Amino acid sequence: MYVAVKGGEKAIENAHNWLSEIRRGDVNVPNLEIDQIKEQLTLSVERVMSEGSLYDTDLAALAIKQSRGDLIEAIFLIRAYRTTLPRFGTSRPIKTEDMVCMRRISATYKDIPGKQKLGPTFDYTHRLLDFSLLAEGNIPKAEKRKVLKEKIPHVLRFLNKEGLIQKEKNNNYQPKDITRNPLEFPANRSERLQSLSRADEGFLLALAYSTQRGYARNHAFVGELRIGYVKVKYNIPELDIEIDIAEIIVTECESVNQFQGSKKTPAQFTRGYGLTFGQLERKAVSMALVDRALRWKEIGEEFVGAPAQDEEFVLSHCDNIQATGFLEHLKLPHYVDFQSELELVRRIRKEYEKNK
Amino acid sequence: MRKTNNVIKIKDFKVDKGLPFDQEYNFAYLDENTKKMIRRAIIKALCIPGYQVPFASREMPMPYGWGTGGVQVTASCLTKRDTLKIIDQGADDTTNAVSIRNFFKKTSNIKTTEITEKATLIQTRHRIPETPLKKKQIFVYQVPIPEPLAFLEPKVSETIKMHSLSEYGAMHVKLYEDISKNGHIETAYAYPVKTNDRYIMDPSPIPKFDNPKMNNSPAIQLFGAGREQRIYAIPPYTKVKSLDFEDYPFDPFKAEHACDICGSKNTYLDEIIVDDAGNKSFICSDTDFCNKRKNK
Repeated sequence: MYVAVKGGEKAIENAHNWLSEIRRGDVNVPNLEIDQIKEQLTLSVERVMSEGSLYDTDLAALAIKQSRGDLIEAIFLIRAYRTTLPRFGTSRPIKTEDMVCMRRISATYKDIPGKQKLGPTFDYTHRLLDFSLLAEGNIPKAEKRKVLKEKIPHVLRFLNKEGLIQKEKNNNYQPKDITRNPLEFPANRSERLQSLSRADEGFLLALAYSTQRGYARNHAFVGELRIGYVKVKYNIPELDIEIDIAEIIVTECESVNQFQGSKKTPAQFTRGYGLTFGQLERKAVSMALVDRALRWKEIGEEFVGAPAQDEEFVLSHCDNIQATGFLEHLKLPHYVDFQSELELVRRIRKEYEKNK
Repeated sequence: MRKTNNVIKIKDFKVDKGLPFDQEYNFAYLDENTKKMIRRAIIKALCIPGYQVPFASREMPMPYGWGTGGVQVTASCLTKRDTLKIIDQGADDTTNAVSIRNFFKKTSNIKTTEITEKATLIQTRHRIPETPLKKKQIFVYQVPIPEPLAFLEPKVSETIKMHSLSEYGAMHVKLYEDISKNGHIETAYAYPVKTNDRYIMDPSPIPKFDNPKMNNSPAIQLFGAGREQRIYAIPPYTKVKSLDFEDYPFDPFKAEHACDICGSKNTYLDEIIVDDAGNKSFICSDTDFCNKRKNK
């Protein structure tokens, strides 16, 4: 007689212990420290903060360590932690025009007020493995300059002044927190941008790329990409004073896109917007392109059925924690459902044989 | 390193069976404001049987797809006096059932049971127990895709309209096409039902064998879909009818065997391959029911 297998509990415990062991690896190799991750794997840390929607370098580094370097798993740890945090208020909108830029480029103008600034970028490195890093290689010293005191104006402001680019209207809309309200369609732009900002980098990259290859092409230029430090301000209601509560690194991309015009309105460029925590250039530029593609209705473009134009498609599938959860749940037991299908297929086949 | 929020601390609880009771979190993990929000969605869902109520689903410490919707509904309904039973595939000892039970033990120190009759709250994935549910029991389903029309129309913005207009023709055409192709409706689990003569509803991926148990049940049946941010419900004693045609009546079949452990002929069975030759054995998927019958 068959005896049902028991022992799920023991199996789980053993699996977890093995996982811890394998995470640590060879104990003769020094333990990886949070500070090392935080200081030397900064772009991983920043991606985890961005898609985890929580700006905390220590926790992001811890999550990366705990997840054996699996960034989606790390993002998940941060998200799960984030939901438990109490919310005591909403900060003022950050002012990216006040950003202390470490990098700021425009692909539309050769020279601009505030200048181009390459900053720490991979852009012009030759992708040759640097074997000196196998040992602790010499680190060349970067030349130091004083931080510019004056504000660096947004490039798109100049197009705006001439009326050459669409004006963003202030609709006085109080943004809804998408982590506290269920997303419903049609969503508005605020909810869209919130979703895109925490969306999976790879998914956004692929969608943005698809627009470049002709699926709702919108001829993008990087009007401006700026990366740097901004202050987060909070207004204390009881005292009615504004204080700085944090300084964070963000990446902002404003794209200048295909112009629109008709007999009634003269030709004008359109725009897309991308903003992320940390230095996530690929993500910010992708976000701007996808944002622009999603604005087809507002701009009066045709819906050509491209994936990047389809708001419900994009927003329902851009979150990697949702996606990976549902995908990976296929590993859970489905004995019962499978048995019911087996039984159905057998019945259909039996009847088929009978009627042959 | 740092403390998580804890709205209420539970002090007067004794730790059960060596499992550490984590007082860092609020009772049943969720904070009270979240529970309140979810309870409101549940009440609305009970008032409109079968209607999918959007709710601001939280990110839980287990992945979407593992039952985050069910867990949030359970956490919001749980009181200190409850006795909890968790099943997956009908069994109390499947890995995910064990994991969710431990989650609630750890965060609420709640009494748990494997005996259906003794539970006041049961959370399930893919089965309804063979022991009939009774009055004052709350039965929580984990739901992957709450939208029964999703396979006909993937856009939620469209299916919302179809529900509000009771525009269910596409569903009946689909069932008809199944019959004309294969002589059967090609759905063996998550078989669609009509609740209270109004909304077509997805019963979650239970085998269609279980569908009749939902009809006129004295228990409160709640459905939680975390990733899709929906809650729906069947209040006690509500009509739940599986979709069918007069000449093709609904047929809740199961494997034509008796259980090889307890001999039961009218319970849902798991099929097990017992040797390299592919020989099969059939056993009850409801382990509690099977154990009780065997020990009688």
